[in-house]
Amino acid sequence: MLLLLSACKFNGDKKTLPIYGNRTPVTKTVNGQQVTDTVYQSIPAFKFVNQYGDSVGSKNLQHDIYVADFFFTTCPSICPIMQRNMLAVYNAYKDTADVKIISYTIDPKHDTVPILKKYADKLGISGNSWWFLLGDKETVYQLANNYLVGVSEDKTAPGGYMHQGYFVLIDKQQHVRGSYDGTDPKQVDQLITDIKTLKAEPVSK
Amino acid sequence: MKIRIIACICLLLSALIYSCQSDSSIEFKQYYSAGALVYKSHCQNCHGIKGEGLAALIPPLTDTSALKKYQTKLPCIIQNGLKGKITVVGKDFDGTMPAAGLAPIEIAQVITYVGNSFGNKLGVVTGDDVGVALGKCN
Repeated sequence: MLLLLSACKFNGDKKTLPIYGNRTPVTKTVNGQQVTDTVYQSIPAFKFVNQYGDSVGSKNLQHDIYVADFFFTTCPSICPIMQRNMLAVYNAYKDTADVKIISYTIDPKHDTVPILKKYADKLGISGNSWWFLLGDKETVYQLANNYLVGVSEDKTAPGGYMHQGYFVLIDKQQHVRGSYDGTDPKQVDQLITDIKTLKAEPVSK
Repeated sequence: MKIRIIACICLLLSALIYSCQSDSSIEFKQYYSAGALVYKSHCQNCHGIKGEGLAALIPPLTDTSALKKYQTKLPCIIQNGLKGKITVVGKDFDGTMPAAGLAPIEIAQVITYVGNSFGNKLGVVTGDDVGVALGKCN
């Protein structure tokens, strides 16, 4: 174990971010030889609608690093502080073409396209670097599991929904590379730094 | 002799004034420090650690003239929540604020905290003040 750790350390001078989630070894036969490769958990394909009413999804994010979170516009508890912190991420990367922010609503019944647009406008968001996505509720809740974020409907919770306030960092291969408490400005600063690290990572796999 | 009497009276007076002042300042400090805790647990997520609000979604609490304008309504707004338009720093906000679920004394504490933080200086609002105001809620 120690050897492994030190091996990691000496891999290079630059810090690399870990890959989160399940991993499965897959053995394939390549050129007559057995090769075992590790397949990391990744975000499955999805297609939703953004605040402009455009149909967008994972295909539009193939060449992007992005940060995902789950929210709803009428959320009275942790969302305002999350969005305040996400604004810092937005302001740091809004002019960077391959960095995006995706906020999934977990209350699609209330958060229609016009409501999401109004919400984005009021936050001062324009352009296409921060999308507020509306989709089928079951699909979104399923997707949250892939982002390792817990969400559920809960009549006893303030606003009627329970959700964790994580900001999840996704790389261009759709792997989860970081998870940060969106209510903690210090962790969000770390996220802003980690996006830089991830951007500097050589393209692989 | 005369001088001694005058000195005595002066001393007495100043002691009286001093003790009065410190009484009210103790009351202020009690309300203010308790209000800081109430603010942190019930208001800060939305209104921010510096009362800065959130863009055009949540109004800031830094506008003294708006606080003054809504002063008599503040206890009712905090107790019952708020729906509909409100104008702060010349901007309209039309979101929904949930009812805070606070006791009248906590409402007084948090109004004292907000009214004397973030650049505001509105003095102490007591539990009695809040009780009177709550009796007049719509």
